[in-house]
Amino acid sequence: MSRTKAIPGPQPSTNTAPRPSHDRLLRREPNGYCFIVTLICQFDTNMGTPNFLWNVCKSSFTFGLIGLTISDRIASIVPVRGFSMSPTFNPYNSRPLGLFNDDHVLVEKHCLKDYKFSHGDVVVFCSPSCYKEKHIKRITAMPGDWISVPYSYDAVKIPEGHCWVEGDNPTNSLDSRSFGPIPLGLIRGRVTHILWPPQRVGKIDRKQLPGGGLGF
Amino acid sequence: MSRFQQWAFIVKEALDKSFLVAKFFCAVHVTSTYLCSTALVYGPSMLPTFNLSGEIVLLESISTRYGKVDSGDVVIVRSPENPRKVITKRIIGMEGDSITYVVDPINSDRTETLVVPKGHIWVEGDNIYSSNDSRNFGPVPYGLLQGKVFWKIWPAGAFGSIGRRPQTVDPALKVVEELKNS
Repeated sequence: MSRTKAIPGPQPSTNTAPRPSHDRLLRREPNGYCFIVTLICQFDTNMGTPNFLWNVCKSSFTFGLIGLTISDRIASIVPVRGFSMSPTFNPYNSRPLGLFNDDHVLVEKHCLKDYKFSHGDVVVFCSPSCYKEKHIKRITAMPGDWISVPYSYDAVKIPEGHCWVEGDNPTNSLDSRSFGPIPLGLIRGRVTHILWPPQRVGKIDRKQLPGGGLGF
Repeated sequence: MSRFQQWAFIVKEALDKSFLVAKFFCAVHVTSTYLCSTALVYGPSMLPTFNLSGEIVLLESISTRYGKVDSGDVVIVRSPENPRKVITKRIIGMEGDSITYVVDPINSDRTETLVVPKGHIWVEGDNIYSSNDSRNFGPVPYGLLQGKVFWKIWPAGAFGSIGRRPQTVDPALKVVEELKNS
């Protein structure tokens, strides 16, 4: 039977050279925590916090410019408030859902290149009495048409460059019957599709509504 | 490098360059719509402020967006008679002002007075003998304003700011209109 005796002498040490602190962390707690800490240390030494902030600023500025150009030139999404266009938008029997109660529609801006509109288009325009407000109504008469003014025996001819707008819900609508024909230059876009709520997603019809003006 | 890698490199370069061009175009659009732009002004309706053959001016859209224009400013508006045209006129009155204007200065001295309705402005050309302005198409809604002219940049002799409205309109300008019509 042989017995091994511990030989006294210089024992081989486990740490031959001084190591940096994160290595010791790795050895003592080999799990995801130190992996994340290592990543953050490398991130900090490679890029630096001011560079990161600057990059974030540049990207958000670029995306802001691109988003603004797209919403000015191509299309944008607008919520419809009020009931002047029931039942086309916000019909009375819709269930209230809080913030998402309003219809959201797609407004296309390509029509503003030539200002070519026609009867039955639903348009977004700046109010003639308060330029900061925008309204959504339907065009019911174009330049050269005759409109019969309600509650009187007059007929009004739409002047050149103007149009007559009316809401689909005539009892609850502030439109050309109050402020007269509006210049076509006030129009800011044409509504093409409903995007919310999901059960009414679809294209808008260019239907002619009975009542209102008589197109001669 | 394999052919696929070369092709992928070219496509990536092309995408980067076109993204750069798109960014530049967006910056130009945002600047000219919301900040500052140029326009060519021509025609007899703003004599003597602008000459007949044409001048290039700088216009800014910040004042019109915040409602900071006032009477005496030269502005560019979209014509109420034809939305594809823009016209340059001077603001004579803002909403609520009472305007007295000469209806037809060539033929008579008859004047009329009216109050500018809410949300509208009254514009006239500096040369009232030869100007199609609010005296013809009525007060203009504020939403048609495109920008305010603040500096002339071409021709070089006309470089400078825009003056105030000329107090008395020169009858010699009436001769210019008659020569044009004959």
